[in-house]
Amino acid sequence: MGEDKVSYIRRDPLFRELVDKRTRFAWQLSAAMLVIYFGFIAIIAFAPKVLATPIGSGVMTVGIPVGLFVIISAFVLTGLYVYRANSEFDPITRQIMEKVK
Amino acid sequence: MRALNGVFIALALVAIAGAFGDALAAGAVEGGGRQALNIPAIIMFFIFVAATLGITKWAASRTKSAADFYAAGGGITGFQNGLAIAGDYMSAASFLGISGLVFATGFDGLIYSVGWLVGWPIVLFLIAERLRNLGKYTFADVAAFRLEQTPIRTLAATGTLTVVAFYLIAQMVGAGKLIELLFGLPYLYAIILVGALMITYVAFGGMVATTWVQIIKACLLLGGATFMAFMVLASFGFSTEAMFRAAVDIHPKHDAIMAPGGLVSDPISAISLGLALMFGTAGLPHILMRFFTVADAKAARKSVFYATGFIGYFYILTFIIGFGAITLLMNDPSYFKVAASGAYNKITDLIGGTNMAAIHLANAVGGSLFLGFISAVAFATILAVVAGLTLAGASAVSHDLYASVIAKGRVPEDKEVRLSKISAIGIGIVAIVLGYIFENQNVAFMVGLAFAVAASCNFPVLLMSVFWKGTTSRGALLGGFLGLIAAVVMVVLSPAVWVKTFGFKAALFPYDNPALFSMTIAFVGIWLFSRVDASARARAERDAFEAQYVRSETGIGAAEALAH
Repeated sequence: MGEDKVSYIRRDPLFRELVDKRTRFAWQLSAAMLVIYFGFIAIIAFAPKVLATPIGSGVMTVGIPVGLFVIISAFVLTGLYVYRANSEFDPITRQIMEKVK
Repeated sequence: MRALNGVFIALALVAIAGAFGDALAAGAVEGGGRQALNIPAIIMFFIFVAATLGITKWAASRTKSAADFYAAGGGITGFQNGLAIAGDYMSAASFLGISGLVFATGFDGLIYSVGWLVGWPIVLFLIAERLRNLGKYTFADVAAFRLEQTPIRTLAATGTLTVVAFYLIAQMVGAGKLIELLFGLPYLYAIILVGALMITYVAFGGMVATTWVQIIKACLLLGGATFMAFMVLASFGFSTEAMFRAAVDIHPKHDAIMAPGGLVSDPISAISLGLALMFGTAGLPHILMRFFTVADAKAARKSVFYATGFIGYFYILTFIIGFGAITLLMNDPSYFKVAASGAYNKITDLIGGTNMAAIHLANAVGGSLFLGFISAVAFATILAVVAGLTLAGASAVSHDLYASVIAKGRVPEDKEVRLSKISAIGIGIVAIVLGYIFENQNVAFMVGLAFAVAASCNFPVLLMSVFWKGTTSRGALLGGFLGLIAAVVMVVLSPAVWVKTFGFKAALFPYDNPALFSMTIAFVGIWLFSRVDASARARAERDAFEAQYVRSETGIGAAEALAH
C-alpha cells in the first residue's frame, strides 16, 4: 500500500466513522465481559453466601444459574459483535475499499 | 521426505504393536495399577489413527507451498476453523480435569471452567480480525509488522517456544499416564506413540492435516460428551432439580457442592488466575496461528463466534457429566478401591483418581463399548492438542528465527518449509524425552505457567504493537522479556513449585499465579521503554503506525501480501 493511499484513507470520514464505531463497540463489549467475569469472581471471593442461597424450596442454588449466565453471556457478546460487524462495519469497509480501488 | 514419512508411520506402528503385545503379557501378570487391556478402546483407537493417517497422506499431497504448510492455504472456512479452534483448546485436561473437579467439589468446577471460556470474547473484540489483516503465518508477523524484525521476532519466538514447551510437557506427561491407565500401555510406549503420531501429522500434513485432526477430535468429543450428558439427564427424567437433589444426598459434602467452596481462597489469587486465563488465551501461539488459516477477517470473526459456542457448550456438558458421575458412581463400589471392611472414600478412592470420573461414567451410561469410545476420544483429544502445539513451535523456529532472524528473509520458500518439518521432528523428539524425564514430577503447574507466559509476554507485545502508536522495538523487546522472565521467576518461587516440587519450607512469592504482577510489569515496561526511546529508529516506527493502522482496521493490502 503506497503512502498516498494510506493518507487518503486516513483522511476519509468513512474510515474515521468505521474505526470510531468499531473501537468503541469492541471496548464496550470487552468491558462488559470483564465486569461480568470479575464480578462473578468478586462475589465468590467476598460474598460466597449469596451464591449459596437456595432457589425456592429446591436444592438448586443461585450460583448455578449465575455461573451458566456467565458462560452464555460470553457467547451472546461474541454474537452481538459478529452481528453488528456483518451488518454495519463490513459494508463501510467495502465502501472504503471501492474508493481506493 | 517421503521416505521419512514411511519411517515415522512405521515407528508409530511398531510402537503400537510392541506396546500392546507387551501390555498383553504384562496385563496377565500385573493387573494391578494398569487397566486390563481394553479391546473395544483399542479397536476404536486404531480406526481413529488409520483415519487420521489417511487424512495426513491426503493433506501431504495438497501441501505444496509455505502458505499451505503454515496456514492450510487460507482455505479453511469460519465454521471449520471454529471447530478446529475448539479442538485445539478443549484438552484432555479440561475434559477429564473439570468433570473430575465437579465430581470432587461440585460448584467449584463451574467456577474453574468459566475462567477458561471468558478469554474468547476478548480474542474476538481485540485480536482476531486485526491479526488476520496484518499477519501471514505467525503472530510474530503482526508484532514485528512495523518494528525491527530481528529483536521482535526473537522475542515472539522465545515467548512461543516457552509456552509450547511447558504446555507440551504437561500434555505429554498427562497423555502417558492416561494412556497407561486406559489402554494398559506402558508409559514410555505411550509417549513415544503420541510423539510419533504428532510428528507424522505435523511434518507431513502441515496445517491441513493438523486442522482436520482437530476438527474430527472436536466432533468426537462434543458428540461423546453430549451423549453422556443426555443419558445422565434422561436418568432423572430431564429434571436438573432431581439430579442436583440426588447429588446432594449422595455426595459426602452434601449441600456444600451447590455453593462456592475453597477454590477461591483470597481475592488476589483469584484475580491473578482470572487474568492469566482470560488474556493467556489471547496469547497462545497455536491458537493465534489458527486465524491465518481462514480467507479474511470476516471468517476469522466467525470462527471465534463458533469456537466460543462450542467451548461454552462443552463446559456446560462437563458440569452435567461431573454431577452425573456423583449420582451414578458414588454409590457403586465397583468403581472404587474398596478396603477389606467394605468401606471406601467416595471421592479419593475412585479408581484412577477423580480425573477418571468421566471415563467411569462412560461405562455406567453406555457400557464397555462406550467406555472404549470415550477412551479413544480422550486419546484423540491429546493428539489434536499436541499436534497444534508442535506446529506452532516448528513455525516459530523456521518462519521467525530462521527465515527472518538468521537468514534475514533471504531464504527460498521450500527450504523454509523443509526446516519447519525438521523442527517439528526435533520438537517431537524433545517432547518425548522431556515427557519421559518428567514422568514422576508434579507438572500440574505447567499449564498455568504456559497461560501466565502467554498473558505476560505474547499478549502485551501483540496488543501494544497493534493499538498503541508509541510502541517501539526497544519498548516491546524490554517489556516483553521482563514480562516473560517475571512470570517464570514468580512461578518458580511460588508455593506450587518452590514448596511442593523443590521441597523448600516457605515460598518466596506468595501466589501460585503471577499474571496480575507479571502482566503489569510487561505493560508498564513496554510503555516506559517506548516513551524514553528517542532514537531515529523509534521515530520511524511511530511514523509507520499509520500504514499499519489502516491495514489492520480495513484489511486493505492483506490479500496481496498473502498472494506473493
